[in-house]
Amino acid sequence: MANKEFITVDGIPVPIEGEANLLEVIRKAGIKLPTFCYHSELSVYGACRMCMVENEWGGLDAACSTPPRAGMKIKTNTERLRRYRRNILELIIANHCNDCTTCKNNLRCKLQDLAMRYNIDGVRFPNTSGNARPKDESSDSISMDPSKCILCGDCVRVCHEVQNVGAIDFAFRGSKMSISTAFGKPLAESPCVGCGQCVAICPTGALVVKNHITPVWKAVDNPELKTTVQIAPAVRVAVGKELGVRDGENVMGKIVAALRLMGFDEVYDTSLSADLTVMEESAEFLERLEKGENLPLITSCCPGWIKYCENKHPELLSNVSSCKSPMQMFAALLKDRAKKNGEKMFHVAIMPCTAKKSEATREEFATDGCPDVDAVITTNGLIRMIKESGIMFDDLEPEAVDMPFGTISGAGVIFGVTGGVTEAVLRRVAATKTRAALLSVANKGQRGMEGIKEFDLEYGEKTLRIAVVSGLANAEKVIKRVKSGEHFDFIEVMACPGGCINGAGQPYIMHEERCERVKGLYEADRLLSVRCSDDNPVISELYENVIGDRAHELLHVHYKKK
Amino acid sequence: MLKSRSELSALREEYAKAYAAQSRRLIVCAGTGCVAGGSMKIYDRLKELLRERGLSVAVELEVDPHGDVIDLKKSGCHGFCEIGPLLRVDPEGWLYTKVQLSDCEEIIEKTIIGGEHIDRLAYKCGCNTYKKHDDIPFYKNQTHIVLDQCGTINADSIREYIAVGGYSALEKALFEMSPEAITDEIKKSNLRGRGGGGFPAGRKWEQVRRQNVEQKYVVCNGDEGDPGAFMDGSIMGGDPHRMIEGMIIAGIATGASVGYIYVRAEYPLAVERLRTAITQAEELGILGDNILGTEFSFKLNISRGAGAFVCGEGSALTASIEGKRGFPRVKPPRTTEHGLFDKPTVLNNVETFANVPLIISKGADWYLGIGTEGSPGTKAFALTGNIVNTGLIEVPMGTTLREIIFDIGGGMRDGAEFKAVQIGGPSGACLTAEHLDLPLDFDTLKKVGAMIGSGGLVVMDDKTCMVEVARFFMNFTQNESCGKCVPCREGTKRMLEILERIVAGEGRDGDIELLEELADTIVNTALCGLGKSAPNPIISTIKNFREEYEAHIYEKRCPAGACQKLKKIYIDPELCKGCSKCARQCPVDAISGKIKEPFEIDLSKCIRCGSCLDACPFKAIKEA
Amino acid sequence: MHENFDFSVTDRILADHKCAQQLIIAILQDIQEHYRYLPREVFPYLAEKLDMSEARIYSVATFYENFSLEPKGKYVIKICDGTACHVRHSLPILERFRQELGLSENKHTTDDLNFTVETVSCLGACGLAPVIMVNDDVYSAMTPEKASELIKKLKEELANA
Repeated sequence: MANKEFITVDGIPVPIEGEANLLEVIRKAGIKLPTFCYHSELSVYGACRMCMVENEWGGLDAACSTPPRAGMKIKTNTERLRRYRRNILELIIANHCNDCTTCKNNLRCKLQDLAMRYNIDGVRFPNTSGNARPKDESSDSISMDPSKCILCGDCVRVCHEVQNVGAIDFAFRGSKMSISTAFGKPLAESPCVGCGQCVAICPTGALVVKNHITPVWKAVDNPELKTTVQIAPAVRVAVGKELGVRDGENVMGKIVAALRLMGFDEVYDTSLSADLTVMEESAEFLERLEKGENLPLITSCCPGWIKYCENKHPELLSNVSSCKSPMQMFAALLKDRAKKNGEKMFHVAIMPCTAKKSEATREEFATDGCPDVDAVITTNGLIRMIKESGIMFDDLEPEAVDMPFGTISGAGVIFGVTGGVTEAVLRRVAATKTRAALLSVANKGQRGMEGIKEFDLEYGEKTLRIAVVSGLANAEKVIKRVKSGEHFDFIEVMACPGGCINGAGQPYIMHEERCERVKGLYEADRLLSVRCSDDNPVISELYENVIGDRAHELLHVHYKKK
Repeated sequence: MLKSRSELSALREEYAKAYAAQSRRLIVCAGTGCVAGGSMKIYDRLKELLRERGLSVAVELEVDPHGDVIDLKKSGCHGFCEIGPLLRVDPEGWLYTKVQLSDCEEIIEKTIIGGEHIDRLAYKCGCNTYKKHDDIPFYKNQTHIVLDQCGTINADSIREYIAVGGYSALEKALFEMSPEAITDEIKKSNLRGRGGGGFPAGRKWEQVRRQNVEQKYVVCNGDEGDPGAFMDGSIMGGDPHRMIEGMIIAGIATGASVGYIYVRAEYPLAVERLRTAITQAEELGILGDNILGTEFSFKLNISRGAGAFVCGEGSALTASIEGKRGFPRVKPPRTTEHGLFDKPTVLNNVETFANVPLIISKGADWYLGIGTEGSPGTKAFALTGNIVNTGLIEVPMGTTLREIIFDIGGGMRDGAEFKAVQIGGPSGACLTAEHLDLPLDFDTLKKVGAMIGSGGLVVMDDKTCMVEVARFFMNFTQNESCGKCVPCREGTKRMLEILERIVAGEGRDGDIELLEELADTIVNTALCGLGKSAPNPIISTIKNFREEYEAHIYEKRCPAGACQKLKKIYIDPELCKGCSKCARQCPVDAISGKIKEPFEIDLSKCIRCGSCLDACPFKAIKEA
Repeated sequence: MHENFDFSVTDRILADHKCAQQLIIAILQDIQEHYRYLPREVFPYLAEKLDMSEARIYSVATFYENFSLEPKGKYVIKICDGTACHVRHSLPILERFRQELGLSENKHTTDDLNFTVETVSCLGACGLAPVIMVNDDVYSAMTPEKASELIKKLKEELANA
């Protein structure tokens, strides 16, 4: 474009480059307008009215919903605007539970941040947050505190638009409006899959992840308990900013060191059991291909997806792989070993995921009534524990995970990103494993941040139809096609857009930062000497000495229709 | 099924002849008010009595009546609900008022058989008796264009509508005019939206017409949620075909083939009449595929509201038709571009559409001759409150409040003094005595910070407390706020909170300023038109009656003596005869005493409703 | 789901509206017309048939004032509190009804499910203020005393039925 069109923001000309709204253009001018309800990945709601700007005629427009037009002259910071923004904030705060210091979202709260930015030093209205419904602690993953809700509707839109779950919605109207499940039922009785995307997007502490740190400390402090911990692939590239390192940088070694410092007895990498998943799932896939039954095979690593499938498409459960998730495989192996050795063991999983908290409590994953995973801690939880321990994370020397499960493959590491499971399986079933062959596998079409990726793969004499999906609304689209008769052989589903790197247990980031995390995982993969799960010596060792003929018992699960 | 223009013309000729040949017509008002007063029972009784007398009765226009027939018809609202149930007797044009079931026999005997006027049923005002409908001052001072046929034709009959010239504008639009020409005519007429803002209808039509999109919609806003307004309900229920005709013409002009009428839930009568009207039009081939044998097709659906004032806002209304919560959405894009189901949509209100056939038939120049230069045509108002004559009226734009209140409305009730008039409902503003000679039109009202809105006119006298009025409207808007945007949801809640404490005598220094600040924030930042206008009643009452606010806050006194919590009611033992009438009237059992001894009021129970004051025959109950 | 609930009425209503999501409001209106409220059982059923989330249907049902999630009485008494009725003392009438029936601002329906008392913003009969509506019948120029008489009459009707 030779002649760019411009708008003037506070006197500075800013080019219009296809932005849908003023807000995005204004951001390019280096001005971050305050918003509660605007998210580039959701539909425009336009309700918080914080992003109002003044046009050249003195009229006010909400920047989030005004399309940029060439020649506009916008002011973003006038006396009037500041006054209105302050009044709006004051109105919100008057209806908000202000127990900030004891709030789980303290210092991460957008309301707190904006109240500070706009110098709110008093509220002239009586606080009415006490009229809200009581807290809902029923879910294993998420707790909901309506007294902190500012009704921006972000959670509702993410739950419907991105996840097609629709567990929550607005209820009632006007000042009686709230965010609620149908009939205000406990979240645990709703179709909520625990993906936590609502938590990730919530600007306040109204939706937070369930915290299981206390029992973990207790176990660590108990000398009679052996504490083991596994760390999921996506965690290593996401602790980032909050601990003083770049987001996307692989700090696995530091995390291991930190956990040892905290007092964990054994530290493992979930990538190892991801390798096991690859082995089992590949075998299952080849068997189904041969028999031509239960195709497409749909992956089973993601507990959010499993719950979604159980709720909405129970008839597809026979298509879902019978493999346990890597987390549960690892836990089963460790608990099996502990039982053999007569040890009392407490097993902690550090996950990017909130749904894993619910997965760990499923009856399918309990041995003798005890859950295989005793506690799931999210990445955010880990960060909190590191801070609580006073560990100077940045100064830690990296350490290696413990033997005998110490060797991992790159295939296991990339489980943390959408397309990773598929690529790992493709590596496993590839005829040759030269560098060139692996590079070619990498370019089949499974990589990238698109929500739905589809491609054909020549396999022997067959052409396989493969789909890689992230975000449950995208999954629904593909499932609808499957149900209407379209053929697929293999479908990878991850509930969170972009896969586990964008899990709701991770510090919340926008699209660009997600790409950094993805880069970090692929880099970790490239730097490993073992790239394919079947080349991992620990795996063959495990099959020989531990699993033997008990693969079904230790590594598989059958979800039943409810 | 009519397959051509000539077939419709022939039918009209036939119906017109039959209509003119009617020798005796009895028109029972079947508007909501008269039905409530028992007009349907009167209708049935008249029918029964006529049949008993061996007279033949026609309830629908009959083309070839056998012998002498008495036509007994149900019409829409006549407007003067106060004096209902109403019965119009034609051809004389007499109007019988407050008709009771027991009057039916006499009406048959004297008027139908004897041809005599029954004086006691005529409207009386002062020492004058008005025999004829058209002579009654309430009607005489009005100009009926849109309401012309409400009350004179059978609201359930497409035959009568056609007989008096109905659907001839459709004919003209369909066979003589291009879509551009229709749009141009409406543009030229400067017909402005009657639903509130007064946006020129022709411009909307033009915007929709110009878009080359396959599916477009015509939507009629019949969600008249304004408490104290019932014009649109009366048009839908009284002359449904006229509005339907207007919608079909809008469809021709803009290329839309589907229409929706969104009717407020509280108008079951209107829904019933509209349903009948649509069926009748479909049967005649005036609605449906290939209308009158042309290429043009138009289908009409009814969507019933489910109780949400906000659905009167365009984007909330379309959301509601789509089966969603009635949340307004941010604009742009406008409804004309992304309206119903995200398609270009013409959205006008009932009265606007009802004007269309007239403009097409009689031409824009004729229309421009009525009303004012900037606001041509007439406007229907619901005139209520503390005046002598309340009801549905229609006057040319530019008529002054004085003419409406004193000439049509007959002045203040019980000789009270005029204080203010709330115009435009909860989104409107209060006008005072200084505005009495202001011509009512879109632009003049805008200049004084008011708006025609939906057309509610609530007249208030000096016993009305303006702070309490502001509280009443704020309570309404607060209840009806959809809750989407912060300023409206939270702001109206806080404004109500403050107003409630002021009328309860708990106002604080700074409250007026806080109200003003909140109002300013809401007006400037709320998402939709309803939110932006929600503080209007408060802004205008503070502007015009600031001293009343101050009296409540600083002196804990209600100058109008209306605020219940600031009232002290007591029984003067000297005057009380112990008749117990007050105790029986008291809704909360706050009054007790022994018969024939002075009664007492328990102030802890008393809700200060004032019922006892009205009940006491000895004026023994007093307010301090 | 609820095995004891008869879904034939819901099925018929759904068929009338061709199972169209966009007609959810009309579907709920018809269901309410039949049951005099929206039984909780129909929500998951509708969610499945219309491919909508139950929370969304609940969301729509609670947005609109006319929908009731609680069973309503045989006689639904609506007291108009529109502007015209309000200025002509509709409040004492409301108070009287509540008092006669032992109802309050928070309790709208009698335990025997005979009466429901609620307010509406305007019935469109402002000329006859104050007005009330009992089921489909409008009563005009009401007073507290007339309200008591009406309740007496309605109770007699119930006893004779």
